[in-house]
Amino acid sequence: MLKIENLTAEIDGKEILKGITLEVPAGEVHAIMGPNGSGKSTLSYVLSGREGYEITGGTATFNGIDLLAMEPEERAAAGVFLAFQYPVELPGVGNANFLRTALNAIRRARGEVEVDAMQFLKLSRAKIKALQMSEDMLKRNVNVGFSGGEKKRNEVLQMAMLEPKLAILDETDSGLDIDALKVVADGVNAMRGPEFSALVITHYQRLLDHITPDRVHVLMGGRIVKTGGPELALELEAEGYAKVAA
Amino acid sequence: MNTMVTGAASFLGRFEGLRERLPGGRTPWVAKLRAEAAESFRAQGLPGRRIEAWHYTDLGVLAQLGFTEALTLADEAPALPPTRAAHRAVFVDGRFAPALSLLPPGAAPLSEALEATEGRLGALAQNLPIVALNTMLFEDGLVLDVPAGVDAGEMELLSFATHAGRAIAFHPRHLIRLGEGAKLTLIDTSLGEAEATYLHNPVYEIAVAEGATLSHIRIQREGRAGFQLSTVLATVQAGGTYDNFTLNAGGRLVRNEIHVALQGPKAACHMNGAQLVAEGQHADTTTFLDHAAPDCPSRQTYKTVLAGRSRGVFQGKILVRQAAQRTDGYQMNQALLLSDDAEINAKPQLEIYADDVKCSHGATVGALDEAQLFYLRARGIPASIARAMLVEAFLTEAIEGVTNPLAQEALSEAISGWWQKEAV
Ligand SMILES: Nc1ncnc2c1ncn2[C@@H]1O[C@H](COP(=O)(O)OP(=O)(O)O)[C@@H](O)[C@H]1O
Ligand SMILES: [Mg+2]
Repeated sequence: MLKIENLTAEIDGKEILKGITLEVPAGEVHAIMGPNGSGKSTLSYVLSGREGYEITGGTATFNGIDLLAMEPEERAAAGVFLAFQYPVELPGVGNANFLRTALNAIRRARGEVEVDAMQFLKLSRAKIKALQMSEDMLKRNVNVGFSGGEKKRNEVLQMAMLEPKLAILDETDSGLDIDALKVVADGVNAMRGPEFSALVITHYQRLLDHITPDRVHVLMGGRIVKTGGPELALELEAEGYAKVAA
Repeated sequence: MNTMVTGAASFLGRFEGLRERLPGGRTPWVAKLRAEAAESFRAQGLPGRRIEAWHYTDLGVLAQLGFTEALTLADEAPALPPTRAAHRAVFVDGRFAPALSLLPPGAAPLSEALEATEGRLGALAQNLPIVALNTMLFEDGLVLDVPAGVDAGEMELLSFATHAGRAIAFHPRHLIRLGEGAKLTLIDTSLGEAEATYLHNPVYEIAVAEGATLSHIRIQREGRAGFQLSTVLATVQAGGTYDNFTLNAGGRLVRNEIHVALQGPKAACHMNGAQLVAEGQHADTTTFLDHAAPDCPSRQTYKTVLAGRSRGVFQGKILVRQAAQRTDGYQMNQALLLSDDAEINAKPQLEIYADDVKCSHGATVGALDEAQLFYLRARGIPASIARAMLVEAFLTEAIEGVTNPLAQEALSEAISGWWQKEAV
């Protein structure tokens, strides 16, 4: 599904990604763990098409298509979803309007019929209920005045609505209490299947207690320094990055 | 001779030529009013940039055009937008169009009612050159009285400029009076054909009596070769409210001046507006709020969106006179620049002579937020739609004060129409 080869990228002439090679087959969930500043968010932005990064080498393909040549909205329509580490506030934009516009833009791009207001309401209510969120979240402005946990749940709601093929979750667990963590994990697990892959970026083992990864990668200094099974996460938690990577 | 004087001379020449034939030409008080206005206009000329209030808006291009009067009404009715309200006053090239209008009781065209407006026409006029120009040359307008205690609902005022094949100027004078406790929502739209070159120079004299409420929604969508220089002169008595929302979304060069005097205790004013300025356009909103009585609240929120090579101006002065204790004034103006070639000039001004007042103002200038844009696009929303959503969000605060559903509908149509035509 996702294939990254020797990817290098810089910001303002500073090299952040120093040759990343990584493959996430269809149906698998991979975790990326690494200390602060190692380039995890940079990788997630590069994969989803944010401006300001210069790709200096390597490739990233999504089901064989060159991901790096696509606009952000084209990547979303193709099925790539990024749950932001820091979800962006949009004052003046209602959450329901935002979600419905996104859903219909993606459906249009995929040649599917758009959902009308009633269908949208029905669909969003079901997802909101599953995520144990309050319905008035739809009426509020996107992420404005949301608590940290509400913002992260809102990211998961968007993911559930847009049904991506590849979800990149950038520290979706940070700032969540145990209950919220479970809700988020259930949201991801509900999507798991042969056509869904995820790249779960996290600092902590605890999210991986709920979302069991197929593979765990350690990212340090812009490189994947180690890859292993789920047990690698436990090892990292116990021993720290420096020791495990050594 | 510089261009400023040339511009004035062509209007003065027209006045000399038309004098006798203008409405009220043989009525002494009207003739006197016009002659005085002509003197004032002759002395001041078209305001040049050396005049402080006109520093950011250059009328040079207008001065060179040499406007003539509108022709008599064409037989063919222009394509007007569908009627929204029960009553409508339509002016084509500044002249009342009876066949297209349906006036409520208490309304008449100025061309018919002029004789009865002695003492009223000009009562609120200040010594402003653009108002003098109007007084000198007005031919028509709306005279509207809403009697005390009457809720007149909604009414439309519509100005339409046709393509005359040469530059024309019209100077409508609107006199609007609300009696004690009366209510009215006036949806006031200016339109013009795309190729038409014209000057629309309306002056509004508006008197809001005790406890009355006038909600005045102005939608300016002049043709792209049109000019509009408008002046609203409003007074509000105790407990009354004058609300003005102005959308500036058309024309080549437009200036809206809004003067509101709060003359009785607890009189209120909300002045909000949105300016959507695209390639080659100049839009100027200049407000003057005169707090002359105690306990009056005033609120102003103006938002300007600029695209292409365009220029926007916001000037807002709040005067708090000594008597106006416990004034609560607020003014905010914000600009969103969608291009590097756009320019905004903002000048807020507070002049306070009372000691117990709460007055604040603020201004911001910014571009679209890259992080917000990326967030929307990362959710599959194409860049052009994402930008439109963010622009709409930017305008929300100014627009949400308009609560009348008919007015809201007219506004959102005008805004989405602008976006579809000018989208970047
Ligand atoms: N906009 C930027 N300009 C300059 N340096 C940046 C920018 N964004 C991130 N960086 C740097 O890139 C490195 C990686 O950051 P990031 O990808 O956010 O790491 P992580 O998500 O793993 O904590 C850090 O050293 C950070 O300071
Ligand atoms: Mg990060």
